[in-house]
Amino acid sequence: MTTPALTDPDWISGTLTAARPQAVAALLRYFRDLDTAEEAFQEACLRALRAWPVNGPPRDPAAWLILVGRNAALDGVRKRARHDPLPPDDQLSDLDDAEAPLAERLDNSHYRDDVLRLLFICCHPELPATQQIALALRIVSGLTVKEIARAFLVSEAAMEQRITRAKGRIARADVPFEAPGPVERAERLGTVAAMVYLVFNEGYSAGGEPSRAGLCDDAIRLGRLLLRLFPTEPEIMGLVALMLLQHARATARFDGDGRAILLDRQDRSKWDRERIAEGLALIDKAMRHRRPGAYQIQAAVAGLHARARTPEETDWMQIDALYAALEFLQPSPVITLNRAVAVSKVKGAEAALAMIEPLTPQLSGYFHFFGARGAFLLELGRHQEARIAFDRAIALANTPAEAEHIRAQLDLIQSRA
Amino acid sequence: MMYAILCYHEEDVVCSWSQEQDDAVMAKLAVVQERLVKAGKMGASLRLLPTTAATTLRKTQEPPLVIDGPFAETKEQLLGFYLVDADDLDGALAIARDLAAANPGGAYEIRPVGMFFPDQRTADRKTGT
Repeated sequence: MTTPALTDPDWISGTLTAARPQAVAALLRYFRDLDTAEEAFQEACLRALRAWPVNGPPRDPAAWLILVGRNAALDGVRKRARHDPLPPDDQLSDLDDAEAPLAERLDNSHYRDDVLRLLFICCHPELPATQQIALALRIVSGLTVKEIARAFLVSEAAMEQRITRAKGRIARADVPFEAPGPVERAERLGTVAAMVYLVFNEGYSAGGEPSRAGLCDDAIRLGRLLLRLFPTEPEIMGLVALMLLQHARATARFDGDGRAILLDRQDRSKWDRERIAEGLALIDKAMRHRRPGAYQIQAAVAGLHARARTPEETDWMQIDALYAALEFLQPSPVITLNRAVAVSKVKGAEAALAMIEPLTPQLSGYFHFFGARGAFLLELGRHQEARIAFDRAIALANTPAEAEHIRAQLDLIQSRA
Repeated sequence: MMYAILCYHEEDVVCSWSQEQDDAVMAKLAVVQERLVKAGKMGASLRLLPTTAATTLRKTQEPPLVIDGPFAETKEQLLGFYLVDADDLDGALAIARDLAAANPGGAYEIRPVGMFFPDQRTADRKTGT
């Protein structure tokens, strides 16, 4: 029987994607320059596509790619003399002897630091969030500039420029190449986590649009990578859990026409049970550490929704309590607004309305504020005021789906009038 | 003889599969499984969640230590397993080869099963626990 597919370009591409963070990160350590590292990796990938179908896949693809990439780049810059000589790469595929010690070294000493450094560089504090996201998607996840541009609804040229600018800033910023110390590591881990969640939200808030929805998967992949590097960090568990639980609802969030379906009207049989199981398992693990954080609490809220088989089974009391904890930890009008939704279920719309009233000045430009306010007023039968709130919401809607949802609420008032 | 066919693969690679690729693998595996079910040779088959969801209870001290993550840091991870009924190792290997043809990459470890208590376990062994 012929063994299929290991030489199939599709499967090779999967292996290349998986090896990418480690390989690019190691190449960055050699060359200390993002462009060179990226080009070296791309060259290695091209050679892999030529060599692997003939020689069979190497035992350790990442090690192979690093060796070949380094070789290729060194050829290019003619700096051979300053480094150890390397074997020609057409011999590498069956060079188990050469690969094994290299792989060993990579695994044991450098892997974690290399990948961390790469992630930290993408989240360099001097870069604005949009550039951090673009850079991480390009360098770590390996999305093409075209794909990223499409996801962010900008032209390819504009995205190219954004990424080039980010690289330039990093080059000028004199990034330290030593492994960061524990304190700095902890500080920057928070930044990396935030970047990963930004990537996720870019995909999540895009609605059903496929070119952006893929960003959720990329963010989850980045999150898992982070979790493998920091397997005992409860907030990273919380982050990955949160993304999995939210993404589990992806196929239920929109109807055939792309209109948003609210949580309590979603077909729960469409929720992805495997993602939910993984998310809940991660929350369970995280809770044992007794070091609550914002991601964990939000994940716990999403977990309570996921556990409820029907909207009526939702444990709103717990959700209210969790949002109260989140408010304490990270006070923000948006969190209070979210809590108000739980309060409306537990204590009624009157209480919820009283709770959000003081937020009016801060949230006067926020779609969800007027959406929630309108819903509370509608529940109380105050139709005229609800209509005003919904009108404001429509004016502030970020997507056609959001506007569409509010319009449905207005129709509801119309029909009741 | 019962054999456990333990599926090892690089989790990074498997998690990098697109939904379509993953579905394609599962569909091919289902064909092999169906054949085994019809032949009455198929026991449980499980797919495990990623090792990042794993917790390890280390028994080296008292009380045992709870650690996040999988038991062993390895290049290839245990991602699932099948329980099959085969006459001998050759039979189990033949099944593993069919599975391998449907699901390239990684490795299958074929382990004879020493004890197996299907459904009646609680009924038969109540006194034992």
